[in-house]
Amino acid sequence: MNDGIGILTAITFLPALGTMLIILTPRKHTPLIRAIAHCISAFVLILSLFMFADLDRSSPHMQFVERFLWIPVINIRYYFGVDGLSAPLVVLTALLSFLSIVYSPTAIRHREKEYYALFLLLETGMIGVFTALDFIFFYIFWEVSLVPMYFLIGIWGGPKREYAAIKFFLYTLFGSVFMLLAILTLYYFSGPPSYDPTQQRTFDMLELIRQQPLRGHIIAQLLCFLGFYLAFAIKVPVFPFHTWLPDAHVEAPTAGSVLLAGILLKMGTYGMVRVLLPLFPEACSIFWKPMAVLAIINIIYGALVAMGQDDLKKLVAYSSIAHMGFVMLGVAAAARASFEVPSTYLETLVRAKIMALNGATLEMIAHGLITGSLFLLVGVIYERVHHRDLNSFGGLWNQMPVYSSVLAFMALASLGLPGLAGFWAEFLALMGAFGVYGRFAWLAVFGIVIVAAFFLWMLQRMLMGSLPKGYETLKDMDMRESISLFPLVFIVFLLGIYPQIVLDPINVVMTHIVKSITLYSGID
Amino acid sequence: MGISPIVPLLIIVLPFVSFIICAVFGHKLRERAALVALSLVGLSSLLCLLTFGIVALSAQPQKGTIIQGIWMCIQIGNGKSSFTIPLGYIVDPLTSVMLFVVGFIGWWIMLYSVGYMRGDARYHRYFAYMSLFMASMLGLVLANNFVMLYICWELVGLCSYLLIGFWYEREPAMRACKKAFIVTRLGDTGFALGIFLIATITGSVLFYSIGNLKGVFTSIHDGSVKQNGLFALASALLFLGAIGKSAQFPLHVWLPDAMEGPTPVSALIHAATMVAAGVYMVARCYVLFDEHIVGKLMLLGNSIAISPGELVAHIGCFTAFMAATIALTQNDIKRILAYSTISQLGYMMMGLGLGAYSAGTFHLMTHAFFKALLFLCAGSVIHAMHTNEIFEMGGLKRAMPVTFATYLVGMGALAGIPPLSGFWSKDEILAHAFMHNKFLWAMGEVTAFLTALYMTRQLCVVFLGEQRRRDIHPHESPPVMLLPLFVLSFGAALSGLVGTPWMNLYGKFVTYGEAHVEGHPSSGFVMLISLCASITGVLFGYRLYGARRISNHFEDPLRLILGATYSFLEAKWHLDWYEGTRIRHAFFAIVNGCRGFDLGFVDGFINLVGWVVAYVFAYLHRLFDLYVVDGLVNGVALLTGFVGNVLRLIQTGLVRHYILFVLLGFAVLIAFSMWRVILLAHP
Repeated sequence: MNDGIGILTAITFLPALGTMLIILTPRKHTPLIRAIAHCISAFVLILSLFMFADLDRSSPHMQFVERFLWIPVINIRYYFGVDGLSAPLVVLTALLSFLSIVYSPTAIRHREKEYYALFLLLETGMIGVFTALDFIFFYIFWEVSLVPMYFLIGIWGGPKREYAAIKFFLYTLFGSVFMLLAILTLYYFSGPPSYDPTQQRTFDMLELIRQQPLRGHIIAQLLCFLGFYLAFAIKVPVFPFHTWLPDAHVEAPTAGSVLLAGILLKMGTYGMVRVLLPLFPEACSIFWKPMAVLAIINIIYGALVAMGQDDLKKLVAYSSIAHMGFVMLGVAAAARASFEVPSTYLETLVRAKIMALNGATLEMIAHGLITGSLFLLVGVIYERVHHRDLNSFGGLWNQMPVYSSVLAFMALASLGLPGLAGFWAEFLALMGAFGVYGRFAWLAVFGIVIVAAFFLWMLQRMLMGSLPKGYETLKDMDMRESISLFPLVFIVFLLGIYPQIVLDPINVVMTHIVKSITLYSGID
Repeated sequence: MGISPIVPLLIIVLPFVSFIICAVFGHKLRERAALVALSLVGLSSLLCLLTFGIVALSAQPQKGTIIQGIWMCIQIGNGKSSFTIPLGYIVDPLTSVMLFVVGFIGWWIMLYSVGYMRGDARYHRYFAYMSLFMASMLGLVLANNFVMLYICWELVGLCSYLLIGFWYEREPAMRACKKAFIVTRLGDTGFALGIFLIATITGSVLFYSIGNLKGVFTSIHDGSVKQNGLFALASALLFLGAIGKSAQFPLHVWLPDAMEGPTPVSALIHAATMVAAGVYMVARCYVLFDEHIVGKLMLLGNSIAISPGELVAHIGCFTAFMAATIALTQNDIKRILAYSTISQLGYMMMGLGLGAYSAGTFHLMTHAFFKALLFLCAGSVIHAMHTNEIFEMGGLKRAMPVTFATYLVGMGALAGIPPLSGFWSKDEILAHAFMHNKFLWAMGEVTAFLTALYMTRQLCVVFLGEQRRRDIHPHESPPVMLLPLFVLSFGAALSGLVGTPWMNLYGKFVTYGEAHVEGHPSSGFVMLISLCASITGVLFGYRLYGARRISNHFEDPLRLILGATYSFLEAKWHLDWYEGTRIRHAFFAIVNGCRGFDLGFVDGFINLVGWVVAYVFAYLHRLFDLYVVDGLVNGVALLTGFVGNVLRLIQTGLVRHYILFVLLGFAVLIAFSMWRVILLAHP
């Protein structure tokens, strides 16, 4: 174990360094500011790719670990590390941040200095959430990611930006307060960490998982579970905490929407897999049913509401809610306790749980890529026609063939077409969920029909039919837009035909998590 | 004799490469896209024929050759709780026949498209989609596991969507493609659930065991997985997928609308291959439809017990009959053929459901030939006439002799005229039906009669009589379109001869081990009845339509005979209306309800909370300001004044008063220190 400063510190804090640089650059040097933002985010992406390539794909343990004491009084540690769960998410964050920055100059024309400074700060916050292994750091990054997003929406957003920004900020803050309480409770229940007996308590996530401090304290465990769940559920968002999402998405600038849907929502589901499942197995086994019901509501209800939207961006936003339902479905499946089933069925159950959790985690990646691209595509058309009303589009396939093909590709990917990234995720999540709770799962399967319906309807209204008047001069995607979209097309396709690139490392960790919680909540 | 694993891979990859080339460089290639597609798909088709040849020559009767291999494994979990998704290929007699059908017919239809699609603005895109379709369809028949089957199943659905909506400027086309995708996907939910169920019970998605990977069918067959009624449920769910894909009642409504696509697409996808995928899938999973193995399916709280096979047979039979009756009354040349396809698919399902594995798949093969041929002929006609309405045509026999001749072959094969192919395969299905279920057999014979009738109607109205539209001068199609017609008409005429009751080569090659009917005493009787049904249908049809002059304002004689029934049939049993209007309205009512609920209630609640909190804070803030902040300021002033007034009392200006205060203070200090001393001494 390497305990010194390493690659993760670089990946996490380089964007913040970029923020500093941009703040120090005079406002009038706009090209320089852009260049700094591009270079820093590209460099972070390259570093994260190196990190991913270097990852031991067969080990369920934390890698690239950096750990030392930060504030000895209450044993806060500077503790970073990644495993098969977080490493793909870090790469995804770096990738989407870079592509968003590449895209941004087409849409952002005022106060660019602040924009890029905040954007890079946001990147630090998001990466930090995935790499931090100390609860205090986790919490700090969680909040740090909130503030730049608030300003991105509030300053560069649409007409109702202030309302949306405040709603987003307060709603998420409301949830994270409960998370902080739960973290403190965990701290007070914890014992000395195994590697440092001189300390009395710890904020170390892995150590807490190992210690299971709330084991047997059922009330405390339930309360802590609910505290975390509320924070995560608002972020995901789970019905009925989802209404900040459409507003925030619609008002946010394109790049903001991309990161909001691509990464910020994943922070919630990441937390569920990283914290909720391993740390509160007993509470999970009590709450798995409500979690599953909410997940199915997310899928069906999100899809139905998306069907009723005329605003393209709102449609994509609600489709996100439906897709996050698949992640929740997988998590809920993994949460089911093993002692509820006869022992002859145990092996099947564990297999199904592993499969569901694999699907859920893969869906985080797939959804980030696909919905991120969809928001970029919404931005591309919005910059040209300055509206998003689906009923006033039509016939774009002839006018903008490249744009339309990419849009159709991503819409098909989003509705779970086999051969593209979303398929494996949904298929595994559903297959696993079916094995865990067969009676519910058919509803979720029905949800994918509705998802297909509204995406095809969207394609029909935008690409098919005849071109409305005044659209004859629309230009197809330019270089900058193509550069920001084609890598995503390629990756979505690649993960569709060879999902093992990310599935292998994910699988190792998910197997580990499911087996360990089966052990904790088992028959013993 | 073995097949290198690279061959099946190439069969799939070559058309896929063609798709990529045509899709990415299509706008540069333009007309040359057809060349790329034809050569790459052609190579793949040659490999298909080669594979078929190898399997056919090496086949051992009643034993079945199965060649399998795995290209890639997706591993979930590890150790004891691992689950493997092996993606690979299987080549057995059934697959090899399908490879032959898809590869051979597919290539000729693509050649035909060169002529048919000439001059279209999106020529290259057409060939891209067709290549993708070939890749996915060949992948579908080669799949050796449920997941790959499902993947290709969805991909052919995608190609169908893209090709139905190929002329997406037209309103009906864009509606039809969406409808096709969604209706089939409705069935696919069942398919997916069936796969999930099987995977959960058996822990595998592989069909037959390879090495230490156990296969689903293998373990069901040797009884190593206990069945507890769930397999019957699984097969019913799988069949739901087949209902969607193979356009069986009640999900058949998408197929007639799918005729909005270019005609070669209808020939390849919506007649010969993709719609037969459901039949192929039932045949592939035949173990799961075997009553002796999976038992019966309990429905409606165990009050109805039906074996999956019976379910398939009944739905197939009903579909066959229903679609044939609708076909009688349609006036669109392609829609008639579409309903005919639905009807014939129903025959195949009926055959498979009754245990006639060989006969059902045999009919699939012959049908692929003659229905593709009929569609291509129809395309040739439409190409010449620029209309689909049969009553606007007429007298094309003279203008298009080649098309007419080949059409006659296809029509004869479909109507069941010996020795053309359709007769043999249909007869074999009906002979099985006669042995197992007399009612289904009778319905089958009625359908055979109706089939002959509506085909004769179409033939007479389109080709015989005299030309009713004077403004159009029809001409024979170019050779590039006629050549495929020739080739396919040979197939339609002769392909049945490999499965005659006297020399049933097909039945020995593709078999589930079921009893064949050739030696059965009833087979001659059934053959006679079938023959009568067909010939009666043809004669009756000719009397109604061929023997009289058809004018521009022609009243369909069937309308006079059938009366109100005709309107009912013409309205397609009102199923389109019901499914299209009622269900759609109900669905959108739910959608709008949800949307309103979300906006009004869920979001409204959050806004209410926000508003209340803001209001309460504002109110509290005002109170705080008034009484605490203001109060504090005013209070300090008041207090100062008060204290000042009090303290003024002691400022008397008299020295003795001051001395008294000093002494009092001194006394207090002494008292205080003494008290502390006492306290310290006696705590």
